[in-house]
Amino acid sequence: METPLLIAEHLTKDFHIEGFIRRRYLRAVDDVSFQIRGDKPTIVSLIGESGSGKTTIGKMILGLIRPSYGKLLYEGQDVVKLVKKKSLEYRRNVQAVFQDPYASFNPFYKVGRTLIKTLKKFKVSSNLDDVIRESLEFLKLRPEQIMDAYPHQLSGGQLQRVLIARALMLKPKLIVADEPVSMIDASLRASILKLMLDLKEKQGISIIYITHDLSTAYHISDEVIALYRGRIMEMGDASSVIEKPLHPYVKMLIESIPVPDPNRRWKENLRLKEDTSETISIIRKKDDQRNYCIFKKLCPYAFERCSKEKPELAEVEKNHRVACHMY
Amino acid sequence: MENILEISRLKVYYNTALGYVRAVDDVDLAIKKGEIFGIAGESGCGKSTLAKAILRLHSPSVYINGKVLFEGINLLTLDENKMRKIRGRRIGYIPQSAMNSLNPIMRIKDQIVDAMEDHGLIKKNERKNIDSKIGELFEEIGLQKRWINAYPHELSGGMKQRAIIACVLSLQPDVVIADEPTTALDVVVQRGIIELLRNLRDKMNITLIIITHDMGVQAMLCDKIAIMYGGKIMEIAKVSECFNDPLHPYTKMLISAIPKLGVKEKLKFLSGSPPDLRNPPKGCRFYPRCPVAMEICKKKEPILEMVEPGRFISCHLCGKGANS
Repeated sequence: METPLLIAEHLTKDFHIEGFIRRRYLRAVDDVSFQIRGDKPTIVSLIGESGSGKTTIGKMILGLIRPSYGKLLYEGQDVVKLVKKKSLEYRRNVQAVFQDPYASFNPFYKVGRTLIKTLKKFKVSSNLDDVIRESLEFLKLRPEQIMDAYPHQLSGGQLQRVLIARALMLKPKLIVADEPVSMIDASLRASILKLMLDLKEKQGISIIYITHDLSTAYHISDEVIALYRGRIMEMGDASSVIEKPLHPYVKMLIESIPVPDPNRRWKENLRLKEDTSETISIIRKKDDQRNYCIFKKLCPYAFERCSKEKPELAEVEKNHRVACHMY
Repeated sequence: MENILEISRLKVYYNTALGYVRAVDDVDLAIKKGEIFGIAGESGCGKSTLAKAILRLHSPSVYINGKVLFEGINLLTLDENKMRKIRGRRIGYIPQSAMNSLNPIMRIKDQIVDAMEDHGLIKKNERKNIDSKIGELFEEIGLQKRWINAYPHELSGGMKQRAIIACVLSLQPDVVIADEPTTALDVVVQRGIIELLRNLRDKMNITLIIITHDMGVQAMLCDKIAIMYGGKIMEIAKVSECFNDPLHPYTKMLISAIPKLGVKEKLKFLSGSPPDLRNPPKGCRFYPRCPVAMEICKKKEPILEMVEPGRFISCHLCGKGANS
C-alpha cells in the first residue's frame, strides 16, 4: 500500500488565552487522528459549527501554526520539519484557498501581477504565461479579461475562481479549502463546487474541504469528519455519515439544515447553547485529558458513563466510525 | 387584516457613469400586519435596494419614484425630521453585515441606551436604572443578562446577531426589515435565529420582512414570499404554494438549485447570469435564461397579475394571459 498523503496522529492544539502564572488554555483541537489516502485523489470534508476547530486543523496542515501535541505527517514526513527546511517545496505541494476572495488579493495589484509573482516565487521555470492561461481556462475564466483587472473589478465568484486557479497553477497535491463558497451567492456556489470536483477528477488533486454547510459537503466529498469543540464525533464515508448519522451531535447538525419544505418545522426549540459553548474548551492544565464526552451538556441522551469516560472512535460499519458511548 | 406597508410602482435607479442602473423597477407589494414576508432572489436582483428604499437609506443621488405607504403615510415624501421618527422607532432595520454594525469601542448596553434616548423612550436621568430592562430584553432573545456590559468583540457571531436584534427591538418597532440575517452563521446558530424571529412575531406581533437568497431559510421562516429577478417581482405566493407548486420558471429554477441531502444527484446550478440592469432585455427580463421562453417573451413584458387570491405571477406562460 502506498504511503498516505497525510496522516494526523493525536493532533492537539492549545491556545494560551489568559493568565501569566495561572495560565489558561483553549483547547481548539483535541486528539484528532485521521488519514488521507495517497493512492487516489479524494475530497475530505471537515464539518462542524463555528468554533469546532476545523480552521485550526487546516492551518496546522498548511504549516501556519504548530501543533501542541501529536504528529502531522505529509507523505511520511513531519510537517513541522518540512515547513522549516523545505518550506517552498512543501507550500507548493500543499496550497490554500480561503473564504474571502476580496481579502486574499492585494487590492493595489492587478490580478495578473499577483499570479506572476506567485509563479516567480515558486520558481516555476516553464513559460509563465502559458501556465497561467492554462489554469485560468481550466476554471472557465477568460485570461485576457482577468489578467488586466484589479480585484475590485471582478465579481466574488470570479475572484474565488482566480484564487483556485492560483493554487492550481503550482500543481499541488493537496488543497486546503477553508469555506471556499460561504461568501458566494447560492446560485454560483454549485459552479465552484463543480470545479472542485473537476480538480479532483481531472487534475488528481486531493482537497480538504472545510465547511459548516453539510449539504455541499455531502455532494462533493468522499469522506467527512464531523468535529465538535475540537474532537472528532463521527467520521467516515460521506454518504453513510450524512444519510445515516449516528452521533446525536451530527443528527442535530443535519436536522438544523433548513429544507425547502414549508410544512416542516423544528420539533423543539434548540437549547440555548451559546453560554456553555465558550467555557467548555478552556482548560487549566496542559495535560488535562478531559475524560468525559464534551457533548454531554447538550446531548439529550447523556447518561452517567458520558461524564466519566471519554468515548473513543468505534467502527460501527465499514468506514464509518463514531465516538459515542451508545454505540 | 390590514396592510401595514404598501409599496406601489416603486422605482429605484442608481445613477452611474454608464447610465441608470434599474435596481428596482416598478415593484408593487402589500405586506399585512403580523406577517413574515420573504423577499428572495439572486444577488444583484434588487432585494437589498428595495429594503433600503423603504427606509430611505439610499444616497441622495439615487433616483426614486413611486409610493411607500406605511400606515397610510407616504414615506418617500415625508420630511427628514418626521422620517427620523419612523426609521428605527417604527420600522427597524437589521443590515446585511449586522455583525459588523456594532460600535467596537462601546459597551452593547450603551449603544442600546443611546438609541432609546435619542428616540425619547427614556429620559437622560433614567440612564442608570435601565440595566434591568435591557437585561430582560436580552433574556427574551436568548442571551444571558451579564452580556449587556460586554464589548462586541467578546461575543461570538451568533451572539452579536442576537445583540443586534436586541438593539432593534429596544425601540419597539412595528416592522423589522432583516437583510440576510443568517448568512454568515453556521446551521445550528442559524436555526436558533430563525426560531427567535418566529417567536418575536408570535409574541410581539411584529411584522417581519426577511431578505435572503437562501430558499431553505425562506421556507422555514416566512409566511409569504416574493421572488425578485432583475429588479422586478416575478412571483408572490404563500410559502406553501410557492414550494409545493411553483409556477414561474424562475421560481422552479431557484428551488431546484437547493442542494438536497439523501439524494446523490448531479449538482444543479443556475445557468447564465443575472441581466445587466443598465439596459435590461426588452420584454421579459428572464427570457434569456428561461428554459420555456416563447416568441412573445422577447417582445412584450409580462405584468404582475393575480392568478388566485393572494398569488401573483408575472409570466406569459403561466400567468393569466396564458389561459385566454
